[in-house]
Amino acid sequence: MPPGISGSDFYYILPELVITAGALLVLIADVALPRSPRASHAALSWLTLAVIGATLASLYPFVNTRVEVAHGLIAVDRFALFFKIVFLVAAAMTVLMSIRYLEVEGAPPGEYYFLILCATLGMMIMAAGIDLITIFIGLETMAISFYILAGFIKPNQRSNEAAVKYFLLGAFSLGILLYGMSIMYGLSGTTGLRAMAPILGGQARDPRLVLAVILVVAGVGFKIAAVPFHMWAPDVYEGAPTPITAFLSVGSKAASFAMLLRIFLEGLPSSSPDWKLLFAMLSVVTMTVGNLAALTQTNIKRMLAYSSIAHAGYMLIGVVAGTARGVSAMLIYILIYSFMQLGAFAVVVLLRRRDVVGDELKDFSGLSSRNPFAAFAMLLFMLSLGGIPPTAGFMGKFWLFGAAVDAGYVWLAVIGVLNSAISLYYYIRLVVFMYLRKETMGSEPVAGPSLTFALVVAVAATIVLGIYPRLLFEVAEASARTLGIAGSLNALR
Amino acid sequence: MNHYLSVILFVPLAGALLLLLVPKQNEDAIRWIANAVAFLGFAISIPLWFWYNPQSGDFQFIERAPWIPSIGAEYFLGVDGLSTLLILLTTMMGAIAVLSSWTAITERVKEYYIFLLVLQTGMIGAFMSLDFLLFFLFWEVMLVPMYFLIGIWGSANRLYSAIKFFLYTLVGSVIMLLGILALYFYSHSVTGVYSFDVTQFHKLMLPYNLQWWIFLAFFLGFAVKVPMFPFHTWLPDAHTDAPTAGSVILAAVMLKMGTYGFLRFSLPILPDATRAYVPFIAVLSIIGIVYGALVALAQKDWKRLVAYSSVSHMAVVMLGMFALNPVGITGSIIQQLNHGISTGALFLIVGIVYERRHTREISEYGGLSKVMPVYAAIFLIMTMSSIGLPTLNGFIGELLILQGVFTYSKLWAAFAASGVVLGAAYMLNLYQRTMFGKVENPKNERLTDLNHREFATFAPLLILAVWMGLYPAPFLRRLETSVQHIIARVNTNYPAPAAGATIEAAPIATITPGQTGGGTAGTPGGQ
Repeated sequence: MPPGISGSDFYYILPELVITAGALLVLIADVALPRSPRASHAALSWLTLAVIGATLASLYPFVNTRVEVAHGLIAVDRFALFFKIVFLVAAAMTVLMSIRYLEVEGAPPGEYYFLILCATLGMMIMAAGIDLITIFIGLETMAISFYILAGFIKPNQRSNEAAVKYFLLGAFSLGILLYGMSIMYGLSGTTGLRAMAPILGGQARDPRLVLAVILVVAGVGFKIAAVPFHMWAPDVYEGAPTPITAFLSVGSKAASFAMLLRIFLEGLPSSSPDWKLLFAMLSVVTMTVGNLAALTQTNIKRMLAYSSIAHAGYMLIGVVAGTARGVSAMLIYILIYSFMQLGAFAVVVLLRRRDVVGDELKDFSGLSSRNPFAAFAMLLFMLSLGGIPPTAGFMGKFWLFGAAVDAGYVWLAVIGVLNSAISLYYYIRLVVFMYLRKETMGSEPVAGPSLTFALVVAVAATIVLGIYPRLLFEVAEASARTLGIAGSLNALR
Repeated sequence: MNHYLSVILFVPLAGALLLLLVPKQNEDAIRWIANAVAFLGFAISIPLWFWYNPQSGDFQFIERAPWIPSIGAEYFLGVDGLSTLLILLTTMMGAIAVLSSWTAITERVKEYYIFLLVLQTGMIGAFMSLDFLLFFLFWEVMLVPMYFLIGIWGSANRLYSAIKFFLYTLVGSVIMLLGILALYFYSHSVTGVYSFDVTQFHKLMLPYNLQWWIFLAFFLGFAVKVPMFPFHTWLPDAHTDAPTAGSVILAAVMLKMGTYGFLRFSLPILPDATRAYVPFIAVLSIIGIVYGALVALAQKDWKRLVAYSSVSHMAVVMLGMFALNPVGITGSIIQQLNHGISTGALFLIVGIVYERRHTREISEYGGLSKVMPVYAAIFLIMTMSSIGLPTLNGFIGELLILQGVFTYSKLWAAFAASGVVLGAAYMLNLYQRTMFGKVENPKNERLTDLNHREFATFAPLLILAVWMGLYPAPFLRRLETSVQHIIARVNTNYPAPAAGATIEAAPIATITPGQTGGGTAGTPGGQ
């Protein structure tokens, strides 16, 4: 055992250990299981779901924990817990979506599920990390898994292109991020965010620190696909296997927001005037460009990519507000966004059949008569993404804009609501295809049991969180309050 | 009794859920269920008329339960005289709209009735919510079903009209949402409590600057819905392309959402800003009155004509409201009901011939009174109601509004009166072109008169038109305390209602000439 790391530290990272062990187990099972594709695929997917379930269960002892472990490398707190739940739920939904998709595409399931678990592990570390090194390791673990997953459908050219683009641009942006982090280290002499905050507090206007902030914003901006660092997103989203696109747009984005909040609210609260301005500008261009570009898309995955860019813009509003309310509104939004986004992609997966790719707008024509439930689900997700009550998306947006108004950023909220009105145009356009157009050819779009289950979960969450979000609001607020050194958030207000 | 409002609110929604279970091939079963539910919804709301106590100035039938406690949002329902009447209008028009669709809708019947019933719950909810967030939720819930009603079952240009309706209303209301949030956070900074409780907001005194901005935000939300010039352009398109029932609901109820919003929120919560905005609103209203009427005069499309007449009539309603005196506001509320009744009926009337001939061109018709005498008679009564002929409902509303506006400004009153004159011009012109003369178009020779079902859709409207025209006192009585509450906030020239004061004087007295602007019994009006 290395010096300084005690047994209790291992106890606190139990969930991470469980998912690591589970991931290895999946890899072993892939080799050990008999080569009858159908049966072993089913077994592997169940095993993956079991691992995710076990990891979720292992989070339970830490519901009320709030400690720093391993000498301030990792924080076990409600904030991390909230994100870990989001990641694990997203991973489970992704697995449920993948089962038939992999069959249709004829891709090997073993490594696929292993990589999903690895990516999840990376995200969990990112949310828990309160040290630049830990955060970076988590980020790399996640990113590398996604590079491979994006190109997982080997015979498909688009998938290959997506992987290469994602890898090259991703590596480049990680370099920028790392450069920024190294300057932060150089100025403070520490990589621990909480140790760094008071040291950097005295030199908030230091141009080197400003440079570091800009570099880190650029690096993080790439990960959350904020404009102008979003160029990769549409191509990668379009080319990657659909369930991976879903996981990428939810898990990776949520984890990057967790990292962003940790770095800026825990490590750099003192230079908040600088980064708030940066993020405010980023937020405005991100939602505006995302929504305007989405207006003209005819491929549903690209449309959802641009829509997800726009949503990153909305979430940034919470960062700009920078208050505990802003953070809790972001947490609420991220969870709600996860369900609606995953649900929307689940419908796209449903349309993937042996004879139909199913990711063009016209493939949705007449869906309401061919599969009324899928059409209704998609209708709900579109309304929710657009922020129309009584869906969950409304509650999320409402409270995000509320946080902005509360923090004095009324102008940002105005731009936000106008953007969400613009976005309704393209969300509704999809609804027009589903409900008002005649059906197209191709075999019947039918969901298998696992996909149906995923859809039902997403639909239920979208409705319940829209009508009665009481619990979510309370949990998110409690989670937001554990972020940062006690009181620093209040000091920011 | 405790959950009375919830029952009224959720009966249509429950009906919609019930319809989900019926296989879509059973179209007749679906029609029967939808009609039964809509009728039931109306029937159970009728006791509201009797149980509502007009003497008490407070909100009644209150229901409160925590909804999102961490932000102070509540499930908070309650009604006063204003919302009582509008809810009754809604449930009645809902039943009529459902009944009128029996043969008009033959495609996707199940979805149609589901949307119609969900819409019904949304509208009722908006009228009874006393929690601002809950109100906003219902307010927005109405958009989607209406979008589908226009988009799926509408006529030629339906997709364009539907999205236009949707986006216009949406842009207005999201800005309103920001106003709500600003109000919410300000109220917390003063009271220390996070709450969307509208009755608390009614007691707040906001700084003038904040009021001004919040009024603007609310104005954008409500003015689009009313619709006020220049935000009205969605209305003619939406009305023209909507199916008959959609137009009826849109005209009779949804437009009232805007005026209701002003009366419930803008006026009492933002009194200083309201006074400051009076000239602005008055100018827009006057433009709306004249412009709407002139454009209506020029229409060749029957339904479009009625739609533009709505723009003009609703502008009169707004002008009456912003006279900010008891007579004007009372008149404006009565006129909202009248507009619901007469314009709702006029859209039904267009719908009847549209279903038979599939054209709305006025020139296609002529001499219909020969072949459809009952229809022509009803149309005549509703035309008279719409232009405000004495003994019918429209007269009472217009008289009160003119009186109220006259007290404020004689010039405005002249413009308001011009709306009445122009209204007579385009309505009588329409009537003459479609009903009188010879039947020149051979296609019109065999048109059948109203059947029993169609007659039944008009019957309640006819009864109400005559009732309100001859004996409006019960309606005025129900409005009295509600109007006093609004006035007490917004116009300090009128004394606040004494606590527990009973109103004994006949409310009809408020419209006797010579007693300009008298609110409560015998109080002198004044500037």
